[in-house]
Amino acid sequence: MAATTSVPSASPISGSRSFVRRLREGDEVARLITFLFAVSVVLVTLLLIFALWQGSALARHKFGLQFFFTRVWDPIAEQFGALPFIYGTLMTATVSLVIAVPLGIGAAIFLAELASARLSDALEFFIDLLAAVPSVIYGLLGVFIVVPLMRDYVQPGLKATLGFLPLFSGPAYGVGFLTAGIVLAIMVIPYIISVSREVLMSVPRDQREAALGLGSTRWESTWKVVVPFARTGIMGSIFLALARALGETMAVTMVIGNTPTISASLFSPGYTIAAVIANEFTEATGDLYLQALVELGLVLFLLTFLLNGLARLLIVITSQRGSGTAHA
Amino acid sequence: MKRIAGIFLVALVVASVASAQALLINGAGATFPNPIYSKWFDEYHKNNGNIQINYQSVGSGAGIKQVTDGTVDFGASDGPMNDEQLKAFQEKHGFGILHFPTVLGAVVPMYNIPGVTAALDFTPEALAGIFLGKITKWNDPAIAGANKGVNLPGNDIVVVHRSDGSGTTYVWTDYLSKVSEEWKNKVGKGTSVNWPVGLGGKGNEGVTGQIKNAPNSIGYVELIYAVSNNIPYGNVKNSSGSFIKADLASVSEAAAAAAKTMPDDFRVSITDPAGKKAYPIASFTWLLIPAKFSDAAKRDTMKGFLNWMLADGQNYAEQLSYAKLPKEVIAKEKKALSSIQ
Repeated sequence: MAATTSVPSASPISGSRSFVRRLREGDEVARLITFLFAVSVVLVTLLLIFALWQGSALARHKFGLQFFFTRVWDPIAEQFGALPFIYGTLMTATVSLVIAVPLGIGAAIFLAELASARLSDALEFFIDLLAAVPSVIYGLLGVFIVVPLMRDYVQPGLKATLGFLPLFSGPAYGVGFLTAGIVLAIMVIPYIISVSREVLMSVPRDQREAALGLGSTRWESTWKVVVPFARTGIMGSIFLALARALGETMAVTMVIGNTPTISASLFSPGYTIAAVIANEFTEATGDLYLQALVELGLVLFLLTFLLNGLARLLIVITSQRGSGTAHA
Repeated sequence: MKRIAGIFLVALVVASVASAQALLINGAGATFPNPIYSKWFDEYHKNNGNIQINYQSVGSGAGIKQVTDGTVDFGASDGPMNDEQLKAFQEKHGFGILHFPTVLGAVVPMYNIPGVTAALDFTPEALAGIFLGKITKWNDPAIAGANKGVNLPGNDIVVVHRSDGSGTTYVWTDYLSKVSEEWKNKVGKGTSVNWPVGLGGKGNEGVTGQIKNAPNSIGYVELIYAVSNNIPYGNVKNSSGSFIKADLASVSEAAAAAAKTMPDDFRVSITDPAGKKAYPIASFTWLLIPAKFSDAAKRDTMKGFLNWMLADGQNYAEQLSYAKLPKEVIAKEKKALSSIQ
């Protein structure tokens, strides 16, 4: 890093003539242009926050912090609370990660470490294809295949075996938190696999060879050396998946049942923030109603922001611990 | 360089003058009448090549908002604007906005009960009870009493409603508010309401899909969706006590009953009407036209279109499953047209 920065800083000695020349040669121009591009990202983010903040002024003043704890969403009485939507968003994202993380990382380990290069590349092609499928297609898959399967087989089966848990109680509609979580899991698994595979493959060869040289088996070298080495990158893939799960709109609204409920049961229909905004925004009459929806957008932004911050923190903590054990 | 820019500027001015000859009118609003509006604007453009009417079916709420903001020339809505919205328009522009009914549509209770293919008869009490969550079984006496001879199962009813804000929901809840005091006080009417029970489906097609998928379910959709999907829908008891099947004739009947008492601003709800053969869950859908246009050409074009819509345009309604306007209403609208300045 120090070496690269010292090269341009050496040239200003030759003064303004050289600046003009460098401008001609394009260094400064390129720098300026790319800098503007980079800044525009920050500007758009700030603009977004400003627009959401500005657009929800009425609702923020009317409901205050109570907005986060109110369970009622009644457009007629103009009573708005975000709690069921926050709950639904977190619930579906959690279910999806619980399913997607072990599956995704397992598949990535197989592809990066155990499968032959040809098989790995062939499968990777399909995984990238899956990652590029529009979410409404996953929604259709959910409506036509997952929902009937859930209603007729999975939910009755879970009820018969694990029905004593509140998680698996209540009537089986087919739609609900669990179904939405499963469809989301199908959607985010390709992200986890694809990124994790790349990260695992970029682990230096000598790490593996050293482990094998110390007498560990293939699996031991994979599980105890390669995976911990790639941990930060794998975490990154999980948070990418989380971000997608939190914001997914179309596929979720098609299978979640769209009812603002807070229920411990995964079979219960629910609602997410993104889904309610998409559903109600066009027909929202009245300023307060519209602004409450904008405020929901702000809440979703905040949620993503918080979880991202948490993710960063987690990565920092674990990578410190990781390097600690490496030294020990 | 300067010369090129100059030429370009001149070309731009020429182009904009030329395009001013072709008149462009923008509208936005309700999705429910979108099929016939698209047809109308297309046909009208064919007959009058220089007039182009663009319509975005963004929803009634957005239609009202956009016409109030002045971003479109006219709006469209499945529910009439309320007094507050009218006042907001008046305050912003200094003149009012007029409602013009265009066609009529019906909303029907559609169900999927395994083993039941007959058209069920629904009393208003049964419908309100089901959607309030008080009637939970299909063999409840409130339903079974009106359907003697039909073998109704003792299964739980799965209620399905619209999750997106919608004019269909407005008509449905407007009806329930009229027939049930409890519904009126607890839930009310609107394009989105706080549903006591049920699952939400997005759009008419979403509700239809949920009902097809879930045994023992009931929901409400526009008539054409029930017909084209071949799913049974129920007859509803009207204010005269007879059970009426929704079709173009029974919807027109509902409009005819309302035509005699049509208020001058056309803001009228025709759910639960008086007629003997009238289907009780139907509604007009409206175009929202500002009372004053600053652009005379636009005003004349708009008036021309409305005149055509009230005459030839009506003939396209029935092939798209909308009911035509009653003659009395057309006559009254023609009179109202002259007040546009």
